[in-house]
Amino acid sequence: MKKIFELDNLSKEFDGQVVLKGIHLDVYENEFMTLLGPSGCGKTTTLRIMAGFEEPSEGKVLFDGIDIAGVPPYKREVNTVFQKYALFPNMNVYDNIAFGLKIKKTAAPVIKEKVTRMLELVNLAGYEERNIRQLSGGQQQRVAIARALVNEPKVLLLDEPLGALDLKLRKTMQIELKSIQKEVGITFVYVTHDQEEALTMSDTIVVMNDGIIQQIGSPTDIYNEPENRFVAQFIGESNIIEGTFVKDFLVAFDNVEFECVDKGFEDGQDVDIVLRPEDIKILPSGEGRISGVVTSIIFKGVHYEIIVKTDIREYKIHTTAYYEPGLEVDLDLTPDDIHVMEPMGTY
Amino acid sequence: MKHYRKLIIPYVIFLFLLTVLPMLLIVLYAITQEAGSVKTFEFTISNFIQFFDPVFVKVLIKSFGLGLLTTLICLLIGYPVAYAIAKCKESTQTILILLITIPTWINLLMRTYAWVSILSKNGLINAALLSMGFSRLDLLYTDGAVVLGMIYNFIPFMILPIHTSLTNMDQSLIEASYDLGANPIQTFFKITFKLSLSGVLTGITMVFLPAISEFVIPKMLGGGQYSLIGNFIENQFITVGNWHFGSAVSMILAIIVIIFMALIYHYEKITNNEIDDEKGEGVMRFVKVKKN
Repeated sequence: MKKIFELDNLSKEFDGQVVLKGIHLDVYENEFMTLLGPSGCGKTTTLRIMAGFEEPSEGKVLFDGIDIAGVPPYKREVNTVFQKYALFPNMNVYDNIAFGLKIKKTAAPVIKEKVTRMLELVNLAGYEERNIRQLSGGQQQRVAIARALVNEPKVLLLDEPLGALDLKLRKTMQIELKSIQKEVGITFVYVTHDQEEALTMSDTIVVMNDGIIQQIGSPTDIYNEPENRFVAQFIGESNIIEGTFVKDFLVAFDNVEFECVDKGFEDGQDVDIVLRPEDIKILPSGEGRISGVVTSIIFKGVHYEIIVKTDIREYKIHTTAYYEPGLEVDLDLTPDDIHVMEPMGTY
Repeated sequence: MKHYRKLIIPYVIFLFLLTVLPMLLIVLYAITQEAGSVKTFEFTISNFIQFFDPVFVKVLIKSFGLGLLTTLICLLIGYPVAYAIAKCKESTQTILILLITIPTWINLLMRTYAWVSILSKNGLINAALLSMGFSRLDLLYTDGAVVLGMIYNFIPFMILPIHTSLTNMDQSLIEASYDLGANPIQTFFKITFKLSLSGVLTGITMVFLPAISEFVIPKMLGGGQYSLIGNFIENQFITVGNWHFGSAVSMILAIIVIIFMALIYHYEKITNNEIDDEKGEGVMRFVKVKKN
């Protein structure tokens, strides 16, 4: 696949405050990439550097193999969907979408055709004459996407575009965005702090924290094989346990040795082990390798959240079956359930 | 809630005594003339007819001309100034806005006297010209001096609303315009200027209205007897003592001002709710209203 964007050792300082510390990132053609992280992690700054609104303090930005340092935003072949949409209040839906094409002096019939096609794509056919103030949040969002996409950019940058919408609408828009991306075949770089959103839509997730990239990978990689404690805690819920890497495919914690699928750590080194709550199996007492007592059970809708206390620690477990508090149970794990990572502080 | 409504009663009384009553009196004076004794009035429209004499109409037209010129120059100077201030750091903006506001804290009479001493025959400018070997210029008691005085006094009222509308603008709209390929000049005319129009209209109103009815500045810097409509009205009341005619002229001016305001507000409404952004559309509607 072809690289569209290459960020090389990117750093950014604002008034002495470092927000990006040496970012290396390649964005490939046609992929849906998500920059994921808590607020202040530098994800929006990274996006703004790609759009040209900020200049990096250090490092290079290559677009199609060419260094685009100092190229103003209006000369870049990328378009942005802004957090609060930034639709022009003095124009109607049609003129908002047609803005970019008019600037490029596109012929009027071509503009009309393209705008109409875009409105169909975002399910707003017939809304041409509407004043943007008459639109709901979701509709404004669609106009913002159409306004950016109509210019046929090589990359579409989206800065938390669904943040202002309610949960249900957000879920619908997530699916729509993904299908729009597949249909138009444009690279999307999407910024969000919502891990579920990232897992739902992305081909590649870039987890960021403190201006540093923590992990780059597919949603399954990020979820199943978090590289460090931050990623494990940020994506989904997890039990993080300190253990020892005995040798390849074998780890020890809670005085038990478990087979695992990880290799490549040093024999005998300290590691962090991630156990997803839904992966831990509860068995009748005497049938598993870890014994404990159910101390609490909370109904969460689709599942129960159960706390099982052992001699050494408490485990958080998600299950659809009900267990009476006070019940003695055993826990067990298969090699696939165990995710080994470098201990905190060494990444 | 109902109890609190009673609290507006004193305000209503004040409003009636100080605003409504004097205005009613002006209307009364305008449509009457004295007949014999002071206490008997006769209704008439002759006061209005009397005004439509070419000499008086010329005064009105001149007032509008100078008012428009003042407003135009205030806009041409004020917009760039407001724009430049809006681009500064926030702390710098506060200081600059303060500097623009400070002169308005001083009495208008004082500020205008200062211009008299600058422009007069032996004033600052002429002294400087003489010392450099040039001949004296007649600066004071000209239309130019009046316009200069009005610009100086009214320009803060142009700068402030434009500055406010520029700083209230969502910065991401400018970025969105750049993002869609518009360069800074295109962005200014297609986005920034259009979104600051409400500030521009407020500024125009706040400069044009006092400018056409101003009488202190033309009196001090213009010198002439009937230089502008404001002076004309003042003279009718104070020098001539014809309150009926003065009131009628006041009413004519007030009606013209009300029409002007209505047009401005109508235009503002159009620009705010502009549904069709085709070139000239807003102006077309403006013209249509004028015809009515």
